[in-house]
Amino acid sequence: MGYKHIGKSYARSDAVRKVTGDAVYINDMHLPRMLHAQCVRSPYAHAKILSVDISAAEQMSGVKAIITGDEYPNRAGLYLEDRYFMAKPGDTAKYLGEAVAAVAAETPEQAQAACDAIRVEYEELPAVFDAVEGMKPDAPLIHPDLKNYKVAPIFFPKPDTNISHHYVLRKGDFAQAAESADRVFEHKYYIPHVQHVPLEPHGCLAKYDADGKLTVWASCQSPYAVRQALSVAFDLPLNKIRVISQTVGGGFGAKAGTTLEGIVIPLAKKCKGRPVKLIYTREDEFINAYVRQGMHATIKTAMRADGKILGVHNTFVWDGGAYTEYGVNITKAGGWASAGPYDIDNVWTDSYCVYTNHPVGGPYRGFGMCEIHFAIEQNIDQIAKEMGLSEVEIRRLNGLRPGGFTGMGERLDVAGFQDCLEQVLADIEYDKPSEQISPTKIRAKGIAGGWKSPSMPTNAGSAAILRMNEDGTFFLMSSGQEIGQGAATVLPQIAAEVLSVPPDKITYISGDTDHTPYEWQTVASRTTYCAGNAAKLAAEDLADKLLDLAQIKMGAAKRDLKLEDGYIVHRIYPEKRLPMADFALGISFGDGSGYGGPAIGVGTFTLENNINTDKKTGIAKNHPAAFWTMGANGCEVEVDTQTGHIKVLKMVSCFDAGKVINPALFAAQSEGAMVQALGTALFEELKLKNGKVLNHSFVDYKIPTADDMPELVVKYVEHAEPTGPYGARGVGEPLMVPGAPAIANAVTNAIGVRFTRMPITPEDVLKALRGRKMDGKS
Amino acid sequence: MKYRVKFWVNEEPVELEVSANRTLLNVLRDELYLTGTKEGCGAGECGACTVIVDGKPVNACLVLAPELDGKHITTVEGLAKDGELSPLQQAFVKNAALQCGFCTPGFLMSGTALLQENPNPTREEIVRAISGNLCRCTGYVRIVESIEEVAAQYKGGAR
Ligand code: FES
Ligand code: FES
Repeated sequence: MGYKHIGKSYARSDAVRKVTGDAVYINDMHLPRMLHAQCVRSPYAHAKILSVDISAAEQMSGVKAIITGDEYPNRAGLYLEDRYFMAKPGDTAKYLGEAVAAVAAETPEQAQAACDAIRVEYEELPAVFDAVEGMKPDAPLIHPDLKNYKVAPIFFPKPDTNISHHYVLRKGDFAQAAESADRVFEHKYYIPHVQHVPLEPHGCLAKYDADGKLTVWASCQSPYAVRQALSVAFDLPLNKIRVISQTVGGGFGAKAGTTLEGIVIPLAKKCKGRPVKLIYTREDEFINAYVRQGMHATIKTAMRADGKILGVHNTFVWDGGAYTEYGVNITKAGGWASAGPYDIDNVWTDSYCVYTNHPVGGPYRGFGMCEIHFAIEQNIDQIAKEMGLSEVEIRRLNGLRPGGFTGMGERLDVAGFQDCLEQVLADIEYDKPSEQISPTKIRAKGIAGGWKSPSMPTNAGSAAILRMNEDGTFFLMSSGQEIGQGAATVLPQIAAEVLSVPPDKITYISGDTDHTPYEWQTVASRTTYCAGNAAKLAAEDLADKLLDLAQIKMGAAKRDLKLEDGYIVHRIYPEKRLPMADFALGISFGDGSGYGGPAIGVGTFTLENNINTDKKTGIAKNHPAAFWTMGANGCEVEVDTQTGHIKVLKMVSCFDAGKVINPALFAAQSEGAMVQALGTALFEELKLKNGKVLNHSFVDYKIPTADDMPELVVKYVEHAEPTGPYGARGVGEPLMVPGAPAIANAVTNAIGVRFTRMPITPEDVLKALRGRKMDGKS
Repeated sequence: MKYRVKFWVNEEPVELEVSANRTLLNVLRDELYLTGTKEGCGAGECGACTVIVDGKPVNACLVLAPELDGKHITTVEGLAKDGELSPLQQAFVKNAALQCGFCTPGFLMSGTALLQENPNPTREEIVRAISGNLCRCTGYVRIVESIEEVAAQYKGGAR
């Protein structure tokens, strides 16, 4: 279909602000009379807090307020209300770094000095540092009160254990599949904790006015979710909390929930009228923001001799950390998607979220998918080798096709997986062996597939308001946050297509719970889809209202009129036209009377017929997931057998985006996703020892630099999503999913050794090569 | 102990009393309110705070304020002239070489310093010049291409 604005690579609407330094991030805010906050943090991973003595700190200069856990009346949590924002005296600190007190003072230095003067007495307790150990009946209990916590009805914590959720999927009968199989395999994988590493650390500013109004400025992805959590934690009505999120310097999930906001607010309450600011250091970011949970995966696979996968039985054990935040839902999402983009009749999965005394697990781009696919996609390559089959043919044979069935038993009418796979195979020339340039630098290629659906409440809502100005420009207001992904460019493009005006006539405004309308959250790769649908509906509503007025003014039937390039035009007599701006304030008649203005459009979107899965079996035959985004990566690597160094030479990506709204932004996001995946495959691991994060700086925790950048090729296919705006579905997270396993598969293809744990470091490679020599296989 | 320093920021003279433990980054952000220069680590490891001091790219978080005396400093706020974006800023906008934008000022300063010193860099030289700048969003390729594009304009005499 011919679109005017959809599918065009418009420049980012926020680009000029961002290249000039005009964009305001949270730490750029300096308010008059602003105070600075600092925290006291637990030096133990698990300890009872016997006492907190603030008397000396109170006397220090510049100190305006001190709080302890006693300030917190209620537990909060997105799905499972399991935490106070600060550990309470008499209760326990559950990870090393948990806040136990905080100070607001005139300067950050004074706040820090006062923190240093706060005396906390602890009694150290036995701790849990491994999720599998933590599941055992004799493990120390981290949340003895778990049975009394409030929980969303789709999650199932096990009282008197550390298990915060046990997700169960029972499609078909794995035991029978194994019985009738020619071969049965069992492979294990481990994915360590990593951190999101947004370049902008978390930050928050809060101000409490005398009339009880609390204003919170935060670098956050989901202002409405933050507002809700704060309302629950502090017993505040929603109309008394205003959460404002301006420019967000990268999120990747780390800024999805509520973090330091909960610490700043009680301080602000004690210092009425004075704003209080807290900005995380990079060290805080690694320890006290969120981390991607570690995960142990075991996959049993029942295979027919020809490569047909008859059944899988997955066991995933997630290291949820001290509190669950999104952890239980990641556990569920991992279980949901555990069949991968494959059509398998028998899928059994047990996915456990386990409390440990580790930093708090949170959502990280992919929401469990990067982790499970590191296992799923290596499992396929391993089975192919062991059975003497082609890993490509196994994927072709089992990969989803339109009309196929997901692991949850849902029939899919749209499934672009096979097209993406073929595209990637072609772009990486998978059938051509790598050209070898040196006997000590071995090159090889690898592939992997992946998929993801948004793991969101089935009734998650989005709203948009489109205001027309007198001159025919517009404000599109929604709370789908611009976090770098391009929402502020793509959503106006969608509205522009409906209204037939250039996108730069539409200014995007978001992130203010007092002013921009409700949005559940900017997560789950749902913004283009959900907020995009709302924007489209708002534009359609506005267009309809303009046409209502135009039919009166122009004396023509509504159906004969259309919007075109800023005008309302008669379809049959196109010379009959009036500027759209003429209707911005309604119309007026000869006698001076007016009617029907000012023009404003409203759009609200809740996906209909999106239903929960069956509690016992995890099955939902129709529409448990809003959509599934599928695709594949291919790559070529070079392994230096003398140094163990792995260089990724090339990565290729192809996803089924449904409809790409802005190709340049799609490509840019694809590139970033591949390089982020490369980081997890080769460098990134949060090193934890007895609950302590050992590598909390960029020197010790390396992320990819320009030096690591491979040649990047981005492609897409477009099989329209029936419920998506112009057919679009979300892509931000899925794009990262196949990268790490594709690299791992390529490394194995190069040196013949399988790495079941990431990252694959030079030491791992050298160790494996030495082992291989000893096996006499070399 | 306070030091009196006189220096230039984006060609404007500045005179300040600074304490010995403050950094150039503190001075720019907290005293001059030039907040375009970002703090990503405060330890010289991310490049978000890169500014140009006497023609060289430096991490502002590593420069102590008393050392500023007599120096000429350019920050991201000083790149656009008379309301017109610099060629590198324009290239970043055109090529979508930024996403969240937090690293962007640092890359622009590293790239600008490189092009001033070497208007015709190779790809390796570009990569080396920005290898101290971290970006989590873009995958770097569009940043490198934007610098290459401006270098090509210079070559074509469009300076
Ligand atoms: S803030 Fe200066 S290098 Fe990171
Ligand atoms: S654009 Fe976000 S860190 Fe570079």
